Amino acid sequence: MITTTHYMVLSAALFTLGVVGVMTRRNVIIVLMSIELMLNAVNINLVAFSHELQNAVGQVFAVFIIVVAAAEAAVGLGIILSFYRNKETVNIDEMNLLRW
Amino acid sequence: MVEAAAFYILATLILGFGVLVITAKSTVHSVLFLVADFLCVAALYVSLHAPFLAVIQVMVYAGGIVVLYLFVVMLVNLKRPPEAHSDPRRLGRLGVVMAAAVLTEVVAIFAVGWAKPAAAAGTLSAQNVEQIGRALYTDYLIPFELASFLLLVAMIGAIILAKREL
Repeated sequence: MITTTHYMVLSAALFTLGVVGVMTRRNVIIVLMSIELMLNAVNINLVAFSHELQNAVGQVFAVFIIVVAAAEAAVGLGIILSFYRNKETVNIDEMNLLRW
Repeated sequence: MVEAAAFYILATLILGFGVLVITAKSTVHSVLFLVADFLCVAALYVSLHAPFLAVIQVMVYAGGIVVLYLFVVMLVNLKRPPEAHSDPRRLGRLGVVMAAAVLTEVVAIFAVGWAKPAAAAGTLSAQNVEQIGRALYTDYLIPFELASFLLLVAMIGAIILAKREL
């Protein structure tokens, strides 16, 4: 019997994978992909609760999260492109223009 | 029984592909593992009786966002790919912190989850698209319009950022 708890544990594990990716990788494209993994983990949680409570609102919020993920990917990749044009690198350690 | 088998297979695939995404040496391989991961998550949505969201997941994530990633990976020619952070003490500390976080999460999930009764079968999946559309266009009309505005702003912003000169 698969309960909501199973989905929550899966979601927690996937979210943690995303956090580990953000913390350990230096390639900013892979960091963005790890953020997508985290957003997917949140979506799994929302859909699991939508299933448990038999309420469509959870899926509505999952749609909103997908919208935000698309916007984030577009703007983030635009920033990566313009940064790469200036500095010829995608290493996140070299992105210190705004550091004071 | 079939449901349980499907869940465990899909969970294994999702976590396995997730590990491959964040450990793959080549960025292109990482993006391809990400596609596989998104498709497995879409299959999980189908098993959760959310077919509309599964289709959206395949179209937006696996079809749109990942193509965007692939374009950028092809555009930035990585002659010297940035290495993963190799400071072992930093990684060790990170491992301890993340293990503690996961343990806390799982304990909290089980503490809360066992208290809940089992899910009751309902009519959500039968009129999935209808219910989502109704909620979107009545209770969540303003967030819906704001989301479309956010997409417009993101589109203009991405074009301005990526354009060489205006």
